[in-house]
Amino acid sequence: MVEQSIGKSVLRKEDLRFITGNGRYTGDIDLRGQTHGYFVRSPYAHAVVGEVDTSEARSMPGVVAILTGKQVAEDELGGLPCGWMIHSKDGSEMKQPLHPVMAATKVNYVGEPVALVVADSFDEAKNAAEHVSVDYEELPAVVSTAAAQSGPDIYAEAPGNTCYQWELGEKAATDAAIEGAAHVTRYSLTNNRLIPNALEPRAAIADFNRGTEELTLYTTSQNPHLARLILTAFVQIAPEHKLRIIAPDVGGGFGSKIFVYSEETALAWASMKLGVAIKWTAERSESFLADAHGRDHVSDAELAMDEEGNFLALRVKTTANMGAYLSTFASAVPTYLYGTLLAGQYKTPNIYVEVDSVFTNTAPVDAYRGAGRPEATFLVERIVDLAAKELGVDPAELRRKNMIQPADFPYQTPVALEYDIGDYEVSLNKALEMADYAGFANRKADSEANGKLRGIGLSCYIEACGLAPSALAGALGAGVGLWESGEVRVNPTGSVTVLTGTHSHGQGHETTFAQLVASRFGISVDDVEVVHGDTGKMDFGLGTYGSRSLSVGGSALSVAADKVVEKGRKIAAHLLEGDVDNIDFEDGEFRLKESNRSKTFQEIAFAAYVPHDYPIEELEPGLAEKAFYDPVNFTYPAGTHICEVEIDPETGVTEITKFTAVDDFGTIINPMIVEGQVHGGVAQGIGQAMLEQCVYDESGQLQTGSFMDYCMPRADDLPNFTVGMTTTVCTHNPVGAKGCGEAGAIGSPPAIINAITDAVGVRDISMPATPEKVWRAIQEQRA
Amino acid sequence: MSISVQLNVNGKSVKLDCPANTTLVDLIRERLELTGTHVGCDTSQCGACTVHLNGRAVKSCTILAAQCEGAEVTTIEGLGDTDNLHPMQEAFRECHGLQCGFCTPGMIMSAVDLVHREPSINERVIREGLEGNICRCTGYHNIVLAVESAAKKMRN
Ligand code: FES
Ligand code: FES
Repeated sequence: MVEQSIGKSVLRKEDLRFITGNGRYTGDIDLRGQTHGYFVRSPYAHAVVGEVDTSEARSMPGVVAILTGKQVAEDELGGLPCGWMIHSKDGSEMKQPLHPVMAATKVNYVGEPVALVVADSFDEAKNAAEHVSVDYEELPAVVSTAAAQSGPDIYAEAPGNTCYQWELGEKAATDAAIEGAAHVTRYSLTNNRLIPNALEPRAAIADFNRGTEELTLYTTSQNPHLARLILTAFVQIAPEHKLRIIAPDVGGGFGSKIFVYSEETALAWASMKLGVAIKWTAERSESFLADAHGRDHVSDAELAMDEEGNFLALRVKTTANMGAYLSTFASAVPTYLYGTLLAGQYKTPNIYVEVDSVFTNTAPVDAYRGAGRPEATFLVERIVDLAAKELGVDPAELRRKNMIQPADFPYQTPVALEYDIGDYEVSLNKALEMADYAGFANRKADSEANGKLRGIGLSCYIEACGLAPSALAGALGAGVGLWESGEVRVNPTGSVTVLTGTHSHGQGHETTFAQLVASRFGISVDDVEVVHGDTGKMDFGLGTYGSRSLSVGGSALSVAADKVVEKGRKIAAHLLEGDVDNIDFEDGEFRLKESNRSKTFQEIAFAAYVPHDYPIEELEPGLAEKAFYDPVNFTYPAGTHICEVEIDPETGVTEITKFTAVDDFGTIINPMIVEGQVHGGVAQGIGQAMLEQCVYDESGQLQTGSFMDYCMPRADDLPNFTVGMTTTVCTHNPVGAKGCGEAGAIGSPPAIINAITDAVGVRDISMPATPEKVWRAIQEQRA
Repeated sequence: MSISVQLNVNGKSVKLDCPANTTLVDLIRERLELTGTHVGCDTSQCGACTVHLNGRAVKSCTILAAQCEGAEVTTIEGLGDTDNLHPMQEAFRECHGLQCGFCTPGMIMSAVDLVHREPSINERVIREGLEGNICRCTGYHNIVLAVESAAKKMRN
């Protein structure tokens, strides 16, 4: 019998190739006869594009062709679409200015592609690109999120640079509750703009085969099928059945590789036009300029309470920066992934949120690890903390008092979601214990004795993951369904090939999904191979984001595996000469009840493919099953993060002395992988809270365009993490899983800022809380 | 202008002509097709391209091939293979010190050099020693554990 592997920290199957240098990322692929592409990009944030003179560049060595935005327009390529229609409160549709594959008449952010140079080598393409001369007539740029609505209009169709004005919740009831409340806490905040910076820069190779007229696009994508759908149905590059997208090993995504960008689209178009394979690999500077950025909100919030500190109402007004164009999912991020999460873990009866989303002359902003939910959590967990300070109560106790209780589930929030299950207090208690909250006063006294400041901060977060019930997503404006596909192919020898529409770019699906399927069949994890990332191999799927892969993709595989077992029972019934109802399947064996007769999983697989003795009249041969799983609800991972810091008041340098994360992710297949996801998420949360900030100057030039200027978390910036789990099993998917990929980035930032402000004794320090800001706050506090 | 360079890569002698501005990483990736060494930036800041040059970790994106005349270069492919893993490779796997794997070859090469170089290995030394290698995925926690564990094995 093979050991059950669910819940075990099985070492990752994918690692051997990565640790030996045998990974195969897009940049590692070279095709025979390939050419290289380099993009000419706008140096201006906002300018009219005049003549593009390519004559000099065209005569340079190795140049094959130069294609411009004007040719894109002449070829009538569609624009890059945004997949989520948001309606404003007046019922009007969001404004969606054309997002051209390359700019033809006007550029709207620094780094926007204007032309593509194709040459025999990368160096030749890059050299020639410097000789493409573009006439620009500079226009005033709109950069600031807060001031965007009063700036000059970037698009005639979007007056006040406003994309939409959205609302959710009951305005009148919320206003009334705030009006009559005993206490109202007010908070204005900026959620800092971030640059995702997956370590592998985006890359693509477009390879048009003149013989078959098939276009193969290798690209760094989290969702190759979605990319194919967009490139075919919307941009109309090629018919869907003639476009194959392969996303091989991908070096991290964090959201930034969900989207369909100009570069791979231009490459695909150019490859068809020129009949050659073209490769492009972004230089890091291009990633900074032209990958979709994250966050960038400005908000005002009010939390109303009664005398006892019971939450009565929350009112929020947010301005969200979309950048210059609506990226693939951009419009959904500050609305359905943000406003709906403002209830947090609490029974706040009235919530009303307004979101104005605005265009600026900056790179497009879209989902970045957490996407909307970190912004919601930061707002809620900061204002709750401020309320506790104002009321003079322990922040843990104010949270506890207002938490939704286990008996309240399913719990309908005032902002559209129905939480299925959770036990928030259990996570809170466990985190308080692991963080030794009770011993904090002593540690603080010790720090003070050494001339240091010490603070502690909590955050009790919730997120909605497992995107998403298709009908609900559709009703909310999504352009696609959000189910997932899975196929379980049992091979004649009994080994199994699993195909999934999700994509692994660090998450370890090749191991987790193998554990899931191996356990169901009672076979070894080594006998299961997980295949993903190739539209030529697996069924249509929606990809990996929103912590959806296990809860939705894993559920599809679970259903498909059940179908395999069902068919196996029928085959076994025939071979064992019994009734199907009397066949049990357990530990890899089909047993006839009340007998000692059985068949192994492998024997049944063999019989299915060599059907000599087989119920061929009733049953098709073969043993491969598919499932398309559409979730009935979101999943709701939740937990408590606690951060403790010590600050040197002379320098403002803040050390995280302990970071505790206690999370409820439902059923866990591989604890090692899950903890790794928490570590990585928290690291990005610490990055947002203390280090990272995308800065544009007033003219829209990116000031943080390299790893020298944009502060990435490095090994010596971060602490070790203390990670704990609690479990309430998701009620509505067959795996019981809720998703774990984003929690770290969602839960951690407010815990950190709560800790730092607690240490310094000030109301607020904006993110990132750099040593300089902390030092200034300390000086002001002392003055 | 083209130059001729002779060097030893992963125990094999290599002699080739290349443009004078060819970097070591280009030589490794494009000419020798050893794609385990990665490029993550254009400012010598990320460490994804780290290899050993005469036994010391260097960022191969900042070294010209021309500077490597007569040198011994070891890349991740030369450190150990599936059947014969280096203790550092093994420890990264055992401690889950990698997720997407993109930083991993450079991180492992830096870590091996760190253990060779530093008389005593502890969390602080590892964190400071790997400061030049960015990992966006792991939060470094398990990388630190991996290096601690490999250091023990390497010293036995
Ligand atoms: S590629 Fe060499 S340091 Fe980044
Ligand atoms: S494992 Fe992805 S960057 Fe380190």
